[in-house]
Amino acid sequence: MAKQFGIIFACLLAGELIAMIPGVSIPGSIIGMLVLTVLLERKVVKPDSIAPLCRFLIKNMAFFFVPPGVALMLYFDIIAAEWIPITVATVVSIFLVIVVTGRLHQFMHRRIKRNSK
Amino acid sequence: MDIALIIRSELFLITLTFLLFGVFSWIQKKSGIALLNPMIFTIASLIGFLKLTGISYGEYYESGRMIEFWLKPAIVALALPLYNELKHIRSQFIPLLVAELTGCVVGIVSVVLIASWLGASEEVIRSLAPKSVSTPIAIEISRQIGGIPALTSAIVVIVGMIGAVVGLKMMSWGNVKAPVSKSLSMGTAAHVIGTSRISEYGERYGAYATLGLIINGILTAFLAGPITDLILGFK
Repeated sequence: MAKQFGIIFACLLAGELIAMIPGVSIPGSIIGMLVLTVLLERKVVKPDSIAPLCRFLIKNMAFFFVPPGVALMLYFDIIAAEWIPITVATVVSIFLVIVVTGRLHQFMHRRIKRNSK
Repeated sequence: MDIALIIRSELFLITLTFLLFGVFSWIQKKSGIALLNPMIFTIASLIGFLKLTGISYGEYYESGRMIEFWLKPAIVALALPLYNELKHIRSQFIPLLVAELTGCVVGIVSVVLIASWLGASEEVIRSLAPKSVSTPIAIEISRQIGGIPALTSAIVVIVGMIGAVVGLKMMSWGNVKAPVSKSLSMGTAAHVIGTSRISEYGERYGAYATLGLIINGILTAFLAGPITDLILGFK
C-alpha cells in the first residue's frame, strides 16, 4: 500500500515541481500523469504494482469533486447574470466537437483500413 | 450539547458529505436512471444545507479540502488506463491524435468565441474554455488560466449530461457512424459522463472514449490558456 501511494505521490510531486518552473502553464497533476505514463512505458514502474490504488482513485473521482462543486454557492449571481452566453456557447461547442472529432477520425480510420487491405 | 457547534465541526460535515454521496449513489443504482447523478445531487443538497444553517463555504471547506486533496492523485492515476490503451492502438495513433487535436481546438475556440460574442465576462469565458474535459482536470486548468474553478466544474457536469443525453443524436445528425469514432468523440466532447454512457455498448467503446477524454485533457491543458489569451486579445 505504502509503495503505491509513494509512486503516485512522487509523480504528483515531480509534476508540481515542474509546474513551478516559470513559463510552464500546465497543471502539475497533468504533468504528474505524463511522468507516470513514461515510467510505465519505460518499465520503471510495473502496472500491477499501482493498479489497485489507481482503480480506487479513478472510480471515486466524482466524490473527490464534491467540495469544489459546493463552491458554486459563491457564484450564483454570476450564473444568473450570464446564463444565456454560458448555455448557448456550451451546447453549440459540444455539437461541433462531437461532429468534427467524429467525422475526422472516421474519415482517417476508413482510409487506413482501406489502404491496409 | 450545542447542535450549532456540532454541525459546524469538520467531522460532522465530512460525514454528511460521505453519507449524502452514499445515499444518492444507492438511489441512482436502484432506479437505474443515469441522470440521477450522485455528484450533482450531493452538491445541491450540501449547498441547500449550508444555506439553511448559515454555515459559510469557508467553514465547509475546512473539511471539504480533505476530500478535494485526492483529486490531484486521481488525475495522476489516469496514467494507468492511458498506458493500457496506448499499447493496443499504436498503429492507430496518428488519426487519433489528429482528430483529438482538431476536436480540442474546435472546442476551445467555439466556446470562447460564442461566449464573448454573447457578451460573457472574461472570468466566465476563462471558466468555459476547458469545458469538455473531465472535472478534476478542468478545475486545475480553470485555476491556471484565470477562470472560476467552481463555475467550470458546474459547466463541465452540465456538458457531460448534455453529451450523454443528446450526444448520440448529435452524431447521427453529423453522420458519425463508425463505432470507434463515435466512442472517441463522445470521450472528447463529454469526458467521463459521456464515456460511462457509451460504455454501455461494450468494453471497446469505453476504451476509446477513455482515450478521447484523457488525450483531450492533456491537449486542453496545453492549449486552453494560449488560445483563450489569443482570442481575448491579450499578450
